[in-house]
Amino acid sequence: MSFGIRLHVWGERACFTRPELKTERFSYDVITPSAARGILEAIHWKPAIRWCIDRIHVLKPIRFESIRRNEVAGKTPKGHISKAMKNGRTDELRYYVDTNRQQRASTILRDVGYVIEAHFEFTSRADNSDSAGKHLDIFNRRARQGQCFHMPCLGTREFPAAFQLVESDDAMPEVDTALAGERQFGLMLHDIDFANGKTPRFFRASMVDGVIEVPPFAEALA
Amino acid sequence: MTAIANRYEFVLLFDVTNGNPNGDPDAGNMPRLDPETNQGLVTDVCLKRKIRNYVELEQEDTPGYAIYMQEKSVLNDQHKKAYNALDIKPEPKKLPKDVAKARELTAWMCGNFFDVRTFGAVMTTEVNSGQVRGPVQMAFANSIDPVVPMEVSITRMAVTNEKDLEKERTMGRKHIVPYGLYRAHGYVSAKLAERTGFSDDDLGLLWRALINMFEHDRSAARGEMSARKLIVFKHDNALGNAPAHTLFDRVHVGRVEGEANTPARHYADYTVTIDRDNLPDGVAVEEML
Repeated sequence: MSFGIRLHVWGERACFTRPELKTERFSYDVITPSAARGILEAIHWKPAIRWCIDRIHVLKPIRFESIRRNEVAGKTPKGHISKAMKNGRTDELRYYVDTNRQQRASTILRDVGYVIEAHFEFTSRADNSDSAGKHLDIFNRRARQGQCFHMPCLGTREFPAAFQLVESDDAMPEVDTALAGERQFGLMLHDIDFANGKTPRFFRASMVDGVIEVPPFAEALA
Repeated sequence: MTAIANRYEFVLLFDVTNGNPNGDPDAGNMPRLDPETNQGLVTDVCLKRKIRNYVELEQEDTPGYAIYMQEKSVLNDQHKKAYNALDIKPEPKKLPKDVAKARELTAWMCGNFFDVRTFGAVMTTEVNSGQVRGPVQMAFANSIDPVVPMEVSITRMAVTNEKDLEKERTMGRKHIVPYGLYRAHGYVSAKLAERTGFSDDDLGLLWRALINMFEHDRSAARGEMSARKLIVFKHDNALGNAPAHTLFDRVHVGRVEGEANTPARHYADYTVTIDRDNLPDGVAVEEML
């Protein structure tokens, strides 16, 4: 890839929720391409570009942990908000957390580290002012300096992701020996097709010596 | 109100003496523990709840500082009546029909509710337009050292049901951490603040809330909790001038010399040092507490 980037991300905890196990969240074994794209977008994104994940390097052994929390049970109907706007007062607009409570467990990952290899493509919203070099430079400059639009996270926002650019002449961070060999993760979310009514698309993820090759989005299974 | 123009990170140190900072619903309300390290845990949502409660107390009835996610204990009945009166026709799920209208709703919510403006909220059943991502994000707090929760049995000289009258009293249990110093990390994104209108005044209120939130959260379960230090890293640039993790690494919490293998029982058993040497250009450290 002529304008590829490599970003090392790591954190204490992560939760890449499986769509089939989402009430009581259960994380995938590894980061999904969708979550990896979100991390890159937290650092640099413009409507003119779309990040494509090429490869994910898993650096640390896969370990799980469970945590149960009190969560709210519902979302806010917009009718309530427009009613409150009409009346011009906020005192009647509340969400009672202890009468609408659910306790949910999450099975999350512990102590994760990945290297995301990605490139970007131009979208139909790109114009003459968008050159590959420009966006690549912005991304690299920000990642190098620790700048971000908002703090990237590992799946959910309570698990922040530390990040560092892997420069083109830098060696790759070491992969834990426990990850040697081949491992199948089964069907895994690739990304959501936002252009087509938010259809999720999947791919068969397999990891060889810590490296997951991510097929192009167009080849993912709908 | 104009939004903040700087990115911030903060480290909050707080401690608990003979109390339960955050119960684990999975473990019979024992204090949360990291199963791998036995460090105590306090979830992000636990701390955010306390921030909301403090803001509710400090800004009572101030326009623009209402709290959306309410705990019932801080409510009066009037509110409840109004809410019940309002809660009438649930609208069926619809696709966003008018994006501008949805934006207006979101903007109004941000303008009126401190917690929506600060932490964000999922509002309305429409997917893209009603979701607010707030500028302030916190991670789980970990205790510096492993904590050893204690189970304390207590008795009550009364019974709940008449049929238990001959038992005379009931027994209960409390779970406490004898002492624990916890460290929480937080992030404030200037760019997301632009979208919700989170201002410098709001930021000041956030710092006050972090410092004072435990002072207004006394209860039988909590024991003695207090905020001990609030260290803020301010970036010149809205996008930031240095990676967050390198700044957090500058705050070192260690045991007082010679005490490393004894259980800590007081804040004085710890030393907190901030490495201010060679700070990255454009980053300033402020100790708020």
